[in-house]
Amino acid sequence: MKKRSPLTRLVIDKIIKSLSIIAAIAGILILLIIIKDIFFKGINAIGFDFFTNNMRPPGVAGGGVKNAIYGTLMITLVSTLIGVPVGMMAGVYLSEYGRNTRFGKIIRFSLNIMMGIPSIIIGIFFFSIMIIPLGHGSGYVGAFALSVIMIPIITKTTEEMLKLTPDSLRESALALGIPKWKMIISILFRSSKSGLLTGILLAVARVSGETAPLIFTARYSQYWPDDLNRETANLTMTIYNYAGQPFDSMVETAWGAALLVMGAVLLLTIISRFIVSHGN
Amino acid sequence: MGTKVKIMNIDSGNSKSLQEDEIKMEKTDDLDKLKIRLPDKDSSEDLDHQQENKDVKIKVEDLDFYYDDFQALYKNNLEIYSRKVSAIIGPSGCGKSTHLRVYNRIYELYRNQAAKGKVFLDGKNILDKSMDLMDLRRRVGMIFQKPTPFPMSVFDNVAYGLKLHYSLNRSQLEAKVEESLKLSALWDEVKDDLDKSANSLSGGQQQRLCIARAIALEPEVLLMDEPTSAIDPVATAKIEELIEQLKGQYTIVIVTHNMQQAARVSDYTAFFFKGYIVEFGKTDKMFTNPQKKKTEEYITGRFG
Amino acid sequence: MNRRLEKHRIFDNVFKYITIFCALLILVIVLAISIELFLNSLPAIKEFGFSFLWSTDWNPVKEKFGAASSIYGTLVATFIAIIIAVPFSLVIALFLTEIAHPSIATPVGYAIELLAAIPSIIYGMWGVFILAPFMAEHIIPPLQSLFFFLPIFQGKVIGGQGIFTAGVVLAVMILPYLTSIMRDVFNMVSPQLKESAYGVGTTTWEVTRDILIPQGISGIIGGVFLSLGRAIGETMAVTFIIGNSHRFSFEIFREGNTISSTLANEFAEGADNPLFFGVLMELGLILFAITVIMQLLSHFWLKRYGVKT
Repeated sequence: MKKRSPLTRLVIDKIIKSLSIIAAIAGILILLIIIKDIFFKGINAIGFDFFTNNMRPPGVAGGGVKNAIYGTLMITLVSTLIGVPVGMMAGVYLSEYGRNTRFGKIIRFSLNIMMGIPSIIIGIFFFSIMIIPLGHGSGYVGAFALSVIMIPIITKTTEEMLKLTPDSLRESALALGIPKWKMIISILFRSSKSGLLTGILLAVARVSGETAPLIFTARYSQYWPDDLNRETANLTMTIYNYAGQPFDSMVETAWGAALLVMGAVLLLTIISRFIVSHGN
Repeated sequence: MGTKVKIMNIDSGNSKSLQEDEIKMEKTDDLDKLKIRLPDKDSSEDLDHQQENKDVKIKVEDLDFYYDDFQALYKNNLEIYSRKVSAIIGPSGCGKSTHLRVYNRIYELYRNQAAKGKVFLDGKNILDKSMDLMDLRRRVGMIFQKPTPFPMSVFDNVAYGLKLHYSLNRSQLEAKVEESLKLSALWDEVKDDLDKSANSLSGGQQQRLCIARAIALEPEVLLMDEPTSAIDPVATAKIEELIEQLKGQYTIVIVTHNMQQAARVSDYTAFFFKGYIVEFGKTDKMFTNPQKKKTEEYITGRFG
Repeated sequence: MNRRLEKHRIFDNVFKYITIFCALLILVIVLAISIELFLNSLPAIKEFGFSFLWSTDWNPVKEKFGAASSIYGTLVATFIAIIIAVPFSLVIALFLTEIAHPSIATPVGYAIELLAAIPSIIYGMWGVFILAPFMAEHIIPPLQSLFFFLPIFQGKVIGGQGIFTAGVVLAVMILPYLTSIMRDVFNMVSPQLKESAYGVGTTTWEVTRDILIPQGISGIIGGVFLSLGRAIGETMAVTFIIGNSHRFSFEIFREGNTISSTLANEFAEGADNPLFFGVLMELGLILFAITVIMQLLSHFWLKRYGVKT
């Protein structure tokens, strides 16, 4: 049989390998470029005033985003207070009570659907059923929308983490006479502590960067958020509104807020990854 | 008294499935007994070798092997004779597969594995950087424990390597595929539907397909890493029969944990223990009159 | 003693029902969203019927609406994103699994995954203020002159905003998901199968093309559907970049809109006009339906291969 020269094959292989390396470098480069660009655009806005002053009317100097920071924190807090318990309990159901039941299958299927719902649809939903009747914006409704985004993430993580714990742990606890609910809370949760915490941190990171659900719910405000039942200032909507304004100072504020949001989200993400590798 | 040494289960030769076992090593004077010793040139057994006028196909010289910092093979010296079946036996974790996997440098896929020493194939050191790796793997084929059909049809499986290494027209390709399938005793069972997926064959058939795939490339050496441990006894018998037929044309090196199989199919046997080659010689001599105590203990089932 | 046991038994039941309730909430929310979208779309469905899907009208004043420009923008931007991101993620996954040393692969893989953590409004800001001008100056003109014969590549470019740039940003956004899944797919191929292929004397690319990809095709398809779903539903990044023009045109370098960008931009006005509101809700319903289907398809294919989502 006539042998083929391996030259072509080796050359093609080398080319693809080089492309792979280039692509990987490009991927990292894009990440670094985005971070760098946001940083340099936003750093000008960041100063003491940025954090300590509330918003000023357009064109007036010295405005900060203190109210927006507070608003985002409040909204995120409320959504976490709703989303985490609901998500965890749902996850507990799927792992401890509904592993093979028909109801469990239906819930898992719904969960799957829920994970794919775009956040703007969730925003529109809450707008339709709550904001329209209310007649005005509401930070609480915004928090509800965000909690709906959190729930599937936390449910899934909780279910997976609980499923990972060995049955022997459950059995030995129950054999000691510990009631099931206590076994779940004190023992199972504690043994999957880091995984659960990671899921929560990731969900919080995710919703703190969300804008679409808030456009029609919490909307936007330049005042101090003392009443979450009305339009509530928040960072992401500030970015959304200020970015298109004709005033340079406002655009600069938008960049500052963008840097703040990006930094916080990336930090939370990296921390949660840290917990996974060094956890428990 | 002994020393605790960390020894990893290295039989699978695969870094992804390594385990660490702590075994107590024997006293140090036993280690001397484990040193390699090829038969002396003027001992009586050698008359048989000389009469048979065998060629050395593969010569292993002072081979060491490492997984990261852990040494798995110690100064292996071995000769594999041409057109004979050589079996490598030994207890779990003794380095059998690790040793075999040096012959086609498949260990190089894993960054943390390294071989030191020399391995000569027809006089050329295959561990040398200048060796054409793809051609080496064509000449030295490998069959694995679990049959590994490619996700293609039966025909394409056998043709795959052929198309890579040779330029053949369609009829040459078909002829070669048929020849290989006949040689591996699979032709009659698949000839009516060569286009069906290789995954639809039974385990034993898949293994014979893998053999056909390797044979098609006109190799010189066939490496078999526990080729029958994952298939049923009937299929095993077929493959052992196949080995018997193939050895006239190819040099075969087979790793097996089944001593009876080694006794059945091989001409020469090497006994490995904890990374050392304890003994190597003609199979019937080894099994009836082993030179080393350790060998005897293994063969009589005292451990392993 | 009995009182305590009784108390525990009650607690156990209460606890169980709490978990059932929370699980049920998931189903209820999904149903509620579907129903609410559907009910609110009825006025628009009654008015326009099926022709809504291909009508290019968009005139809130005259109350003539059509989804065609939104659907076109959504499809094209997503398509651009996929054809850029899939080959990229393939070779990056190849790098991570077959080429790079483990000590390099881990940090690189992690860096790529971080791309998924960046909020979409950040991508929007970056896209419209930094990428779009760059595109307008360095990328689009050469593309336009190179492919002068393609009508869809023509048209006046305004600052780089448009369907194409939106597609590019979407590609960056879905890249981490695709890469992560492809990487899992490649890693799940049995080492012995890989070794068999190399053992026959193949190159890395040949193993990838002939063994890894065919073996992992279900997983790859699942990953593509997952990314499709994400790209289609992506709102904030696209809204900033796409220019929000309802003037229908095939040209991809021009401004356009997607379903999600239309919802973001125009929902505020829609609240007063019931027909407009219904139209927007219908668009929302279409978006919801498409993303749900993508999600289910993705789950089906990924499960077939065995990848954990």
